[in-house]
Amino acid sequence: MSNNVPEGLRYTKSHEWVKLESNGNCTIGITDHAQGMLGDIVFVDLPAVDKAVAAEEECCTIESVKAATDTYSPIAGTIVEVNTKLESSPNLVNNDPYGDGWLFRVKPKNADDINKLMTAEEYKKFEEE
Amino acid sequence: MPFIPHTDDEIREMLTAIGVDSIEDLFDEIPRNLIIDEKKLQGIPNAMSEMEVARLIKNRAAKDKNGLCFVGAGAYEHHIPAPIWEIVGRGEFMTAYTPYQAEASQGGLQLLYEYQTMMASLTGMDASNASLYDGASGLAEAVLMAVRCNRKSKSKYILMPGTVHPYYRQVVKSIVTHQEIKIIELPFDEVTGITELASLNDYASEDIAALVIPQPNFFGCLEEVDALTNWASEHNAISIAVVNPTSLALLKEPGKWGEQGADIVCGEGQPFGTPLSAGGPYFGFLCTKKAYIRQMPGRIIGCTSDKDGKSGYVLTLQAREQHIRRSKATSNICTNEGLIVAAATIYMSLLGPQGLRKVAAVCHNQTKKLVEHLSKVKKISIRFNNAYFHEVVLHLPIPAKEFIAKMDEKNIVAGFDLGSVYEGMEKDLLICCTETKTDQDIDLYVQSLAEILQ
Repeated sequence: MSNNVPEGLRYTKSHEWVKLESNGNCTIGITDHAQGMLGDIVFVDLPAVDKAVAAEEECCTIESVKAATDTYSPIAGTIVEVNTKLESSPNLVNNDPYGDGWLFRVKPKNADDINKLMTAEEYKKFEEE
Repeated sequence: MPFIPHTDDEIREMLTAIGVDSIEDLFDEIPRNLIIDEKKLQGIPNAMSEMEVARLIKNRAAKDKNGLCFVGAGAYEHHIPAPIWEIVGRGEFMTAYTPYQAEASQGGLQLLYEYQTMMASLTGMDASNASLYDGASGLAEAVLMAVRCNRKSKSKYILMPGTVHPYYRQVVKSIVTHQEIKIIELPFDEVTGITELASLNDYASEDIAALVIPQPNFFGCLEEVDALTNWASEHNAISIAVVNPTSLALLKEPGKWGEQGADIVCGEGQPFGTPLSAGGPYFGFLCTKKAYIRQMPGRIIGCTSDKDGKSGYVLTLQAREQHIRRSKATSNICTNEGLIVAAATIYMSLLGPQGLRKVAAVCHNQTKKLVEHLSKVKKISIRFNNAYFHEVVLHLPIPAKEFIAKMDEKNIVAGFDLGSVYEGMEKDLLICCTETKTDQDIDLYVQSLAEILQ
């Protein structure tokens, strides 16, 4: 199973990654490890834009041929954008989990919150445990 | 004697082992006042033997008059071709419960798949589920589904015309009000018997999750479905059509209502091959657009191909369901009315689109004849001035209840007393005429009515 953990992103224990964009918003997706565990993804139920989310609040459901799992927002804020490409091509999450397979973007309530999340190194260590 | 395999000795032994004096002590956490003393149960007669029960029921059945039936009001007498229940009665269909084991249930699954295909085509929708309990609970499920589908709405307000079947409205209220959903009733026009379009203006600036649209409505009248559907889409509300399946053979399918078509279509499936019986079992149908199928309740059967390329049938979109999603399931109803749906599927396939159109056309024509004959009788009038399918409201000079009793003496089931469900409509009678009523039956009805009212 592939297990790519790019540097420069932040990670959660529930296997989401967070990327801080230049405008201060955060892009969120699931890790390579998570997509591998889920198997072929057939549907992504995305959150509504403008929805306020709390940290660790479930806001997105990913359905694979094996199971349906909830994805959590790693940080509190407001959903500003969702990846509408996933509506017709949910398999982007499998093929490019850190790129075209991103899920949604959040405008964080506190910019500092992202620093509370794991670094690539910490996430790798967490996965090994 | 109950069928419990333990002897008294064994029970005592088990109680001693766990240190409890009696079985009752095991249930001591139940408050005393909630425990019913069997000896004090009132109104429950003593047990009877099988022979006695058979005699009792036979005597009761003999009281059935099987009068000439002109009642509709949600359940309709139609001719049921003989092969239908002959086929449904086969052993293979007898355990028509949810076929989890696809490899052992291909026949049942294919039948449900064909059913879904026919219902989707009849309603003009993309998909159908494998059926629900009945029309009323089907509407309640449609309301819950609409609230889940409508991401733009935060209100959970549902607009419900007063022309929707009163029993359906009661069932919807029972099921949805505890989920913080608010039902707002829309008035109907006293002259035309349909929903007042102007009444929607009051809600134009409000956040409405869904609008229910009955067609035909409970009074048999045809609603302005295009305008209602358009209002819903213009106001970001989900439109829910509640329809009579027989009428769809003649009327525009909900998928073509307004600019964008209805979003969810539900209704009662009984007219398709199920005989009239108090309390059912009947079945509910629910169809929708592709965009909403993940929020659809109930079982859905899909067609796929196996590794050799042969087609096969399986339960599909199961991620919506409780055995996978647990508390977050969008479908908490896995029961379908398998056997009744088998009858409906055979009914539709035996009649075909042409046969269905013919049944619907005869229903309408016979009703039209009845209305024409009735209009010649003095003292009565047709209450609503509107287009109808196979039901109309008759305004009588005497209370409908009285009239029904008098017609009953002539062995005619005259209609449904609207005063029992609508305030101020005590003299209004809802009558229905299907293809089962001949010209002679219609003459007899009109003649009997004239005699009673003279």
